[in-house]
Amino acid sequence: MGKIRGRVWKYGDDVNTDVIFPGKYTYTVSDPSEMPQHALEDLDPKFAGEVKPQDVIVAGSNWGCGSSREQAVVCLSEAKVGAIIAKSFARIYYRNCLNNALPAIVCPEAVDVIQNGETIEIKLEEGKIISAAGEFSFPPLPAAVMEIFNAGGLIEYTKNRLKVED
Amino acid sequence: MPQTFAEKILARKAQLPETVPGQIVEITPDVILSHDNTAPIFGLFQRMGGVKVFNPEMHAVILDHATPAPSTKHAENHRVIRDFVKEQGINNFFDIGKGICHQILVEEGLALPGEIILGSDSHTSHAGVMGAFAAGIGRTEMASIWAIGEIWLRVPESMKITVKNCLPVGVTSKDLALYIIGDRKSDGALYMSVEWHGEAVEALPLSQRATLTNLMAEMGAKNSYIPPDQRTLDYLQDRARREFTPVYPDEDAHYALELEYDAGTIEPMIACPHTVDNVKPLSAVKGISIDQAFLGTCTNGRLDDLAAAAEVLKGRKIAPGRRMIVIPASEAVYLAALQAGYLETFLKAGAVVESPGCGPCMGNHMGVPAVGEVSISTANRNFRGRMGTKESDVYLASPAVVAASAVAGEIQHPRDL
Ligand code: SF4
Repeated sequence: MGKIRGRVWKYGDDVNTDVIFPGKYTYTVSDPSEMPQHALEDLDPKFAGEVKPQDVIVAGSNWGCGSSREQAVVCLSEAKVGAIIAKSFARIYYRNCLNNALPAIVCPEAVDVIQNGETIEIKLEEGKIISAAGEFSFPPLPAAVMEIFNAGGLIEYTKNRLKVED
Repeated sequence: MPQTFAEKILARKAQLPETVPGQIVEITPDVILSHDNTAPIFGLFQRMGGVKVFNPEMHAVILDHATPAPSTKHAENHRVIRDFVKEQGINNFFDIGKGICHQILVEEGLALPGEIILGSDSHTSHAGVMGAFAAGIGRTEMASIWAIGEIWLRVPESMKITVKNCLPVGVTSKDLALYIIGDRKSDGALYMSVEWHGEAVEALPLSQRATLTNLMAEMGAKNSYIPPDQRTLDYLQDRARREFTPVYPDEDAHYALELEYDAGTIEPMIACPHTVDNVKPLSAVKGISIDQAFLGTCTNGRLDDLAAAAEVLKGRKIAPGRRMIVIPASEAVYLAALQAGYLETFLKAGAVVESPGCGPCMGNHMGVPAVGEVSISTANRNFRGRMGTKESDVYLASPAVVAASAVAGEIQHPRDL
């Protein structure tokens, strides 16, 4: 982990977990690897078919509001989305992102100018976003959270810690 | 630098001189709460390779969401949890009928000023009524704390709500909270630490203050805090499980937002279907026919809530063809209501009194509505489907208004009965 480079998928404010991962699948689709097929289904029908690893979602405020369903993060982390940059995140969604090793970056200034479809670069450790419209800084993720990222998520991270402590 | 409550308490727990909003700190919570979801969390814990919990003394496990078990499946879930607490040596286990988790933390002296409480329940903010930093977290995170005793937290921005003057007679903290949620909307305090200040808050008894911290989850808050005062300390006198040191915000702390409300102008409020921030004054929705009235939950199932409803119901009857369900928030509330004669009043009025727990609040059992029916409830959520069926309307109000509506058969002000 470190550098992310991908195409921007830009969306608006208050995108809720129901359109990120429709509720009707929460009990029928339980295999994480199948979840990307339904990612953003009710928001952007093109997304699931065209998204590539390291692509970046750029969103307005309150991304991920609504229910606390973790599938709404997993469907994107499984699709290998590189990061989500938003003006703000719903609280539980934000936590679910970091715990599933999906970088969630709050940077309203960047959201205002980044264009849909452009390619941007994110340097996680340095806290930098590089776009056609310029460079933006965000508070770099602390070491504790980077460790969770590097382990591939909280479950793996805790597993490793327990092994070490044994 | 002067600090808010959240900045100060997180700095103290992380052993840092100070913290700033957005900073991520690692802390060990003082109390971790789980309820009927203890069994699935245990599953995650095992997936992580967990065998023994980090510290059984941190745990509070309360069975409340579907109690007594409405089905064999629920009963099996409870059994897994009973075995788990026994094996792990968790002493703070409260079996069915003791009460709703948030109420129990307070009654049992487990929610203490200056401590950090994390719960795998979205209304964990409730415990901030005692001056704790209390926040809801996800199940995976909870399992991880069970295993390693630590978690990362983002230091939240803080919002200061000052409520001056005094609530008018017949207007409760429920009306105040609904008014503010209607004003600020469901994301009005997103990720924030909401602090309550002002003479209107100071004048409230603890049970009414708890309604405020409880409902802040519906404004997106991470936690909500009421500065402990003499009332708080007196309540904890013979109750607190251990020594504690309260944390107070600095006078000149910086808040992301400061709001001021005048309690004197608040009137009875109702949250209308299907969001908690769809708030209207009672006068605007009077006359809507209801099928069922529900008095209970962690929001408004305490003794003074029951007292307010009993006062309305005394010598009256539930309207023909309507039902009313009463569920005290805990065994202690149940007993006190019994001794005060409130339960007799409810039964004579034609209401059903059930054992302490969450009841139909989230649609599990004990009085869920039928398709097309309308409920009025003292709970904190009215989302579509919350009480079991998507095809039903739920209105949220204070206990006296819920009782008056049961008598009238339609949404009604107690004064107009
Ligand atoms: S009473 Fe309702 S809101 Fe409170 S803990 Fe139970 S289910 Fe949740």
